[in-house]
Amino acid sequence: MTQFAVFVLHGLAYAGLLFLVSSGLTLVFGMMNVLNFAHAAFYMLGAYFSYSILQWSGNFWLSMLLCPLILFVIGALVERFLLRRVHQHGHLHELLLTFGLAYIITEGVKWIWGNYSLAVSLDGFLTGQVSLLGITYPVYRLFIIGCAVAVGTAMSYVFYRTRVGIIVRAAVDDHEMVNALGINVPLVFMLVFAVGAALSGFAGVIAGPLLTTYPGMAAEILVDAFVVIVVGGFGSLGGALLASLIIGQLQAFGVLLVPKLSLALIYLLMAVVLVVKPSGLFGEEA
Amino acid sequence: MLEVRDIHSYYGKSHILHGVSMTLQEGEMVCLLGRNGVGKSTTLKSIMGMVRPRSGSIRFQGRELIGLQPYQVARLGVGIVPEERRIFGSLTVEENLLIGKKNALDGGDGAQAWTLERVYQVFPRLHERRTNKGRHLSGGEQQMLTVARTLMGNPRLILVDEPTEGLAPLIVQDVLHMLAQVRRSGVTVLMVEQNFKAAVQVADRFYVMGKGQIVFEGDVDALLAADEVRKTYLEV
Repeated sequence: MTQFAVFVLHGLAYAGLLFLVSSGLTLVFGMMNVLNFAHAAFYMLGAYFSYSILQWSGNFWLSMLLCPLILFVIGALVERFLLRRVHQHGHLHELLLTFGLAYIITEGVKWIWGNYSLAVSLDGFLTGQVSLLGITYPVYRLFIIGCAVAVGTAMSYVFYRTRVGIIVRAAVDDHEMVNALGINVPLVFMLVFAVGAALSGFAGVIAGPLLTTYPGMAAEILVDAFVVIVVGGFGSLGGALLASLIIGQLQAFGVLLVPKLSLALIYLLMAVVLVVKPSGLFGEEA
Repeated sequence: MLEVRDIHSYYGKSHILHGVSMTLQEGEMVCLLGRNGVGKSTTLKSIMGMVRPRSGSIRFQGRELIGLQPYQVARLGVGIVPEERRIFGSLTVEENLLIGKKNALDGGDGAQAWTLERVYQVFPRLHERRTNKGRHLSGGEQQMLTVARTLMGNPRLILVDEPTEGLAPLIVQDVLHMLAQVRRSGVTVLMVEQNFKAAVQVADRFYVMGKGQIVFEGDVDALLAADEVRKTYLEV
C-alpha cells in the first residue's frame, strides 16, 4: 500500500512536468499547425539557464522567476523573426526550421556547458523528506506536483474564464475567422508561442534537480510530450492534462509491474487511442 | 463609402478576378449575383483582406484597404459573414459573440450600438441557446449567430456571403428579414446571393458577375428588364 502511494506520487510528479511541457506544444500546434520540434529544447535551456543562475546566485527561486522570462523572450523572437517568415512556404519549411533550431540549441548547449551531465544541487527545505501517513517522501517531488497544480489552475482560469482564453480557443478552431473579426492574430500566435516556451522553460527549471541536466534531456522529453498531445488531442488543454496524468502513471507503474515493457507502454497507449479515437481523447472529430 | 476599382485577385496561380469595380453608398443594401465560381466570394474576401488583390484599389471611407490584414480592415468598420458560417464549434454561443466584440467606432450612435444585450433582444433564440456549443446549433441558428457575431464588432459595412444557402424556405425568410433589420439599423450591406428570388426582395441595387468581371449594374427594374443578362449569367 505504501509502495503503491509512492508510485502514484512519482507518476504525478512526472505528469506535472509533462503537462507544463506539452500544454504550450499542443496549443501552438492547434492554432498554427506547427509541430514545434524546438519546444523541448526550450525546456532544456530552462534547465541549463537555471544551473548557471544557481551557480551565480545560489538562489533557486530567482531561477524559477528568471528562466521563464528569458524563455518567453526567446520564444517571442523565434516566432516573430523565424517562424513567421517561413510560414508562407508551408508546413514542411516550418517543421524543418524548428528541427534545425532544436539541433542548434542542443549543440550550443554542448558548446557552452559541455557534453556531460551536470548536477543541480539544492539546499534548504526542498531537499528534505516528509513523513505522511506512514510514507516518507521527498519534499521536492511534492513541490513539483504543487507547481504543476498551481500553473495548471492559472492556465485553465485564463483559458476558460477570460476573453484572452476565448480568443485562443477560437483561434484553435479557425484562426482566419478570428482575424476577420478584428483580433490581431499574428500577435496572439507570438504570445502563445512565447508563453509555451516560458512554461517549457519553467518545467526545465524544476526538472533540473529531479532528472539529469544533460544535452540529451530535450530529446528524452520530446517523445513523451508528442505522445501526450496525440493522446490528448491536438490543441486541447484538457486533453494534454488527462494524457499527462495517464502517461505519468503508466511510467511509474510500468517500471514497477512490467519493467521490461515499461518503455513500450506509452506507445501501446498511443496506438490504442489512435485506433479507437484517432483525434485523441479530447480532440475534435474532423 | 466603398469604392472598389479594377481589382485583380488570384488563388495561387489561378486568376479569379479580372478587374472588378463597384461602389457602395452609405446605407445601401447591394446584392452581388452570379453563378458558382465566378468570383463573388473572392470579391468579398478581397475587400476584407483575406485575399490580397495584386492590383487595383479598394477604398473604404477614403482609406485604402489593400495591403491591410483582415483584423485591421475589421477595426476600420468592415465585417464579414462568411459563406461556410465558420462558427467556432467548441465555443458556446455567448463566447462566439464575445470574440468579435468591439465598441462602436466614431459616428456610431450609442443607442444603436450592438452589445450582448441588444443581440439577445433582437435574436431571442440565441439567448435561449447561449450556453450551447456552436457546433450543436441548427443551420438557421448558425446563420443567425454568424451574423450576430459580426454585428458585435459594430461594423459600418457588412459583407454577407450566401446567407440563405442550405436553409429551408421558411428560414430563408427569417434570414432576409434579419438582414433588412440590420440594414435599417444603419449598416451598409453588400450581399452575395445565388438565390435570385431571395435577393430581389431586399436589395436596392444589383451587380451581376460573370467570369471574374462585373457584367451588369442596376436596380430591380433594370435587372428585370435585362432579359439577356439574366439568361446568360443567372438562370440555369
